[in-house]
Amino acid sequence: MRTPIAFFLVVSALLFTIGTVGVLVRRNALVIFMSIELQLNAVNLTLIAFSRQLGEVNGQVLAFFSMVVAAAEVVVGLAIIVAIFRRRVSANVDDINLLRW
Amino acid sequence: MTDLIWLVPALPLAGAVALLLAGKPLRRIAGGLASLLVGASFVVSVLVLIDLLGVGAEERTVAVKIFDWISVGSFEAPVELRVDPLSMVMALTVTGVGFLIHVYSIDYMHGDPRYSRYFAYLNLFVAAMLTLVLANNLVLLYVGWEGVGLCSYLLIAFWFERRAAADAGKKAFIVTRIGDTAMLIGIFLAFSTTGSVRFDEVFGAAGGLASGTATAIALLLFAGAVGKSAQLPLHVWLPDAMEGPTPVSALIHAATMVTAGVYLVVRAHAIFEASEVALGVVAVVGIVTAVYAGLSAIGQDDLKRVLAYSTISQLGYMFLAAGVGAYAVAIFHLVAHAFFKALLFLSAGSVMHATDGVIDVTRLGGLRRRMPVTAASFAVGGLALAGIPLLVGFFSKDQILAAAYEAGRTGLWITGLVAAFITAIYITRAYLLTFEGEPRSELHPHESPALMSVPMAVLGVGAVLGGLLGASAQTGRVQRFLGPVVGEPEAHAAAGALSEVGLSVIASAVAVGGIALAWALYGSGRVDWQALRARFGGARRALSRGFYVDDAYGALLVTPGKAAASFSASVLDTRVVDGAVNGIGRAFVRLAGVGRRLQTGLVRTYALAFLLGAAALVLVLVVRT
Amino acid sequence: MPIETPDLVLAPILPELILSGVAMLILLVDAARPSRGGRAMALLAAAGILAAAAVVIRQWQVPAADELTALGGMVAVDRFALFFRLVILACALLSVLLGAHYLERTGEGRGEYHALLLFAAAGMTLLAAAADLIVVFLALEVLSLSLYVLAGFSWRRLASQEASLKYFLLGAFSSAFFLYGIALAYGAAGTTSLAGIADALSGPGTSMALALAAGGLLLVGFSFKVAAVPFHMWTPDVYQGAPSPVTGFMAAGTKVAGFAALIRVTTVALGPVSWELLPAVVGVSALTMVVGSILAIAQDDVKRVLAYSSIAHAGFVLVGVAAANQEGVSGSMFYLVAYAAMILGAFAVVIAVSRTGEGRTSLRSYRGLARRNPVLGALLALFLLSLAGIPPTAGFIAKVLVFEAAVRAGLSGLVVVAVLASVVAAFFYIRLIVLAYMEDPEETERVPAEPAPGLALGVTAAVTLLLGILPGLLLDPLERAGVLRW
Repeated sequence: MRTPIAFFLVVSALLFTIGTVGVLVRRNALVIFMSIELQLNAVNLTLIAFSRQLGEVNGQVLAFFSMVVAAAEVVVGLAIIVAIFRRRVSANVDDINLLRW
Repeated sequence: MTDLIWLVPALPLAGAVALLLAGKPLRRIAGGLASLLVGASFVVSVLVLIDLLGVGAEERTVAVKIFDWISVGSFEAPVELRVDPLSMVMALTVTGVGFLIHVYSIDYMHGDPRYSRYFAYLNLFVAAMLTLVLANNLVLLYVGWEGVGLCSYLLIAFWFERRAAADAGKKAFIVTRIGDTAMLIGIFLAFSTTGSVRFDEVFGAAGGLASGTATAIALLLFAGAVGKSAQLPLHVWLPDAMEGPTPVSALIHAATMVTAGVYLVVRAHAIFEASEVALGVVAVVGIVTAVYAGLSAIGQDDLKRVLAYSTISQLGYMFLAAGVGAYAVAIFHLVAHAFFKALLFLSAGSVMHATDGVIDVTRLGGLRRRMPVTAASFAVGGLALAGIPLLVGFFSKDQILAAAYEAGRTGLWITGLVAAFITAIYITRAYLLTFEGEPRSELHPHESPALMSVPMAVLGVGAVLGGLLGASAQTGRVQRFLGPVVGEPEAHAAAGALSEVGLSVIASAVAVGGIALAWALYGSGRVDWQALRARFGGARRALSRGFYVDDAYGALLVTPGKAAASFSASVLDTRVVDGAVNGIGRAFVRLAGVGRRLQTGLVRTYALAFLLGAAALVLVLVVRT
Repeated sequence: MPIETPDLVLAPILPELILSGVAMLILLVDAARPSRGGRAMALLAAAGILAAAAVVIRQWQVPAADELTALGGMVAVDRFALFFRLVILACALLSVLLGAHYLERTGEGRGEYHALLLFAAAGMTLLAAAADLIVVFLALEVLSLSLYVLAGFSWRRLASQEASLKYFLLGAFSSAFFLYGIALAYGAAGTTSLAGIADALSGPGTSMALALAAGGLLLVGFSFKVAAVPFHMWTPDVYQGAPSPVTGFMAAGTKVAGFAALIRVTTVALGPVSWELLPAVVGVSALTMVVGSILAIAQDDVKRVLAYSSIAHAGFVLVGVAAANQEGVSGSMFYLVAYAAMILGAFAVVIAVSRTGEGRTSLRSYRGLARRNPVLGALLALFLLSLAGIPPTAGFIAKVLVFEAAVRAGLSGLVVVAVLASVVAAFFYIRLIVLAYMEDPEETERVPAEPAPGLALGVTAAVTLLLGILPGLLLDPLERAGVLRW
């Protein structure tokens, strides 16, 4: 039996929500970034689910693109985080609030 | 040549601009330059007149468009001048008398520190007045109307260092403003009901207007005339306006600006005729003012104020004429009055020039011996004013009274005769006290220089010979010339029992009677008029203060007005308005200060805001399906 | 089985190829001969930009082909795309100029600046020409990644690093939402091509809820990029922390590119449901204008003031987008050009006043500017007046165009809010002008005139004034570019 698409969508929505909450709640920059990656992967899941439903391959292609972009983002992101870590020996985003108000 | 009509207002305007901008370098020739330009305007006007006379009587209306000024949708008010008999008569009067007065001023104002500026204002006035009389639409007329009002203010308050002069200027401006506002509303009403402001279209459509609408428009326009021509109840500014230099009084407050109201009524007569009551109102206001002002003139000691009240009174006569439909006669009297009133004022100026400013008749006397030319001028002007036969005033005033009689308005006719009687009295009194008898003060008067005497002489000749131009209401040149514009003068069969000759005899008798009475009181030496003054002190004071009309205004309107203004400025404006504005400003600054704190600098806060926004957005969109 | 190779016509993306190619060249040259950034790299970058611009101009002159998209419907070749490409390239050129000057002063010059700038520019131009959501996403990411790094370019300053981190975290967060939106759109329409989505949405059988959710998320993603409220909170911090030339480029280029894509997506792909989307767009627009204008009042750092000002202006452009009619689109386009000129000009002034690095960015430093350098003071006043929307500047005409379009679309209420917000905003613009002209300067030394910022100032000031006095210069080409034909 084909699993109804709704399941996939719900699961990916849940994953997305978990990722979102992670961004909001966690203080370590790396963990925040991980949560963002989780969000992106949740979206990938959605894409693939739709692709399967529609019988089209575009969704899966887009998922590939998404992964490539995510990888590039990781590179840049980690570089930035490391640079900050070097300066302040802290990856706690709450400490980084020179610019405010 | 008719196409060059634009030169007529343009030349003095150019003079005004030049003298305003380059007053100091042009100082020495300011007077000559200004006079020359007005003189040139006069010449151009004459040439245009010749052109006009060369054309048949029915074709004597030419519209010369200069440029499109306002053109918004269906509202068009171009700068367009009208060449027709009425406008040319007015233009010739303004430029002619204006030229003479410019020349007179050259010596009169000699030595004044703001000599150039005086002539700039004077030229500007002439330009504005010409715009007024040559305009072919109500809007351009209003522009000229306001222009003369402005120049009047500038010139009355020319010696603004004197408190009285500055106050007089303000008063003139404010009082006429009341009339001007009503007039503007009248123009709006005319536009909204006829769809145009151009004369041909508005007056052509006047016949089709409902009587009520026509009355409203007519009365509103008349209100403007009441203000500008100093009729009751908006007359209070004219006596005070005598604070200005005497040539100014002669030009503006006798010959030209104050006549703008009469011109307006005559020009717009179609609207007045479409209304049932408007003309009647005009006639009544005119005659009442004539009597009131005449009585007040008797009580004035200041020679110029006598002449001021006299002007008010004579303007009343002109409105009386217009009110009974005798428009051509009204204009004829306007022109005649311009001549002899200007003459009288210039003579008074001559006296002031000679006596170093003393103009109180109770302190003058016996000036005839030392200033024969001036005395003769004043006498001629005075006789013309009184309506002595063969002088121009006789013809014009006589025709007015005849018109009233023949229109069946016997009450107006009789009152007119009473006014004529009073006129003769006050002007004779003024003459006698100033020029006859023994000098009452230590003065050393001298006759005026040529530049002042010659213009007076010219005006004198006009006062004497002017009758030739308009001897009869039916066949007079001026009246016939104006015919196509104002309606043919009808050959009335006399409505009453008297013939024209009979009317003339009665009018002349009344005038002579007035002169005789005044001579008896003041000239013959048999009556001690100074004792009479003291005995009838109360009556004398009432007359001299114009029956306290001005004082009433002061108490009822001016004082409360000032109090209200002061309250507005110090309380309303500073506390309420400024308070509200500043308060709003402060509220925003505080709001900004609070909002600022939201920007905590923490990434997680930003992410939260983002999430909330996104959720709200999506929910709003999805839930609505 | 033979693999079918698609026809690959590269001409439509030639500008992007040139930019990326030159960027890589810069990286290589710089790696081979590290010359501390310097003039050479700047010149190379400028050459690349000019080459790309030449290509764009030539494509503009070639009459429109039958096909409006190329590369399998991924990239648009209409004049809309060409127009925005040109604007972005102009912004990039000015940023190269300003950047080279700035980095020379601070001694932070490295070749990578120009390379990153070119990559970002390539992303922006591609974004303006994207005809498929995949390409939108890719272009957006290329642009964003380059900007994340550029924001942190002054790595010695903690503020710059902080700006970079904040931008990155929030940007990635936003990309996730945007991608989710793309996924939902794909699910609703069965395709990611903008034209295809439009077809699907106008036909039956599409879940409206899904489509609207997708539209909402796409709107969220775009709103983040152009700094609309409440997705704006990164803007003040990032604008303040990043080096000023980078800020200028971000403020101008990102907005222009972001709005180009937004307009394309909302009018083409989401065209059929634009009525349903209207409340969201109107709400965001109103909120953005109001919040941006009010919060700027309390700021005392000029870069933050300009940041909030940018936020408010995004709201104004959104008014044009909300109008969703022909005038709205061309009005928004005009607004973006005018805005790019004035904000770049303003930041050029900031760079000139700061003289070296990020010093003197507080409002106090602008006191008496007119006395210290009258030309600079006058130019600052010009840009501020244009930002405030006071005639005869380009900013005024832009506002008029956008408001007119909105009124015509029946959005009078929004226009009223916009006008009120303008009034409030005028306060802080005028306050800065008053500071420059009527206060005594704290330091009395003259602010020197430099050639590089001078040139940038000249160009932007000329555009600001010219468009204000002769808007026809731009409106006529816009007539031809504003029609989004499919």
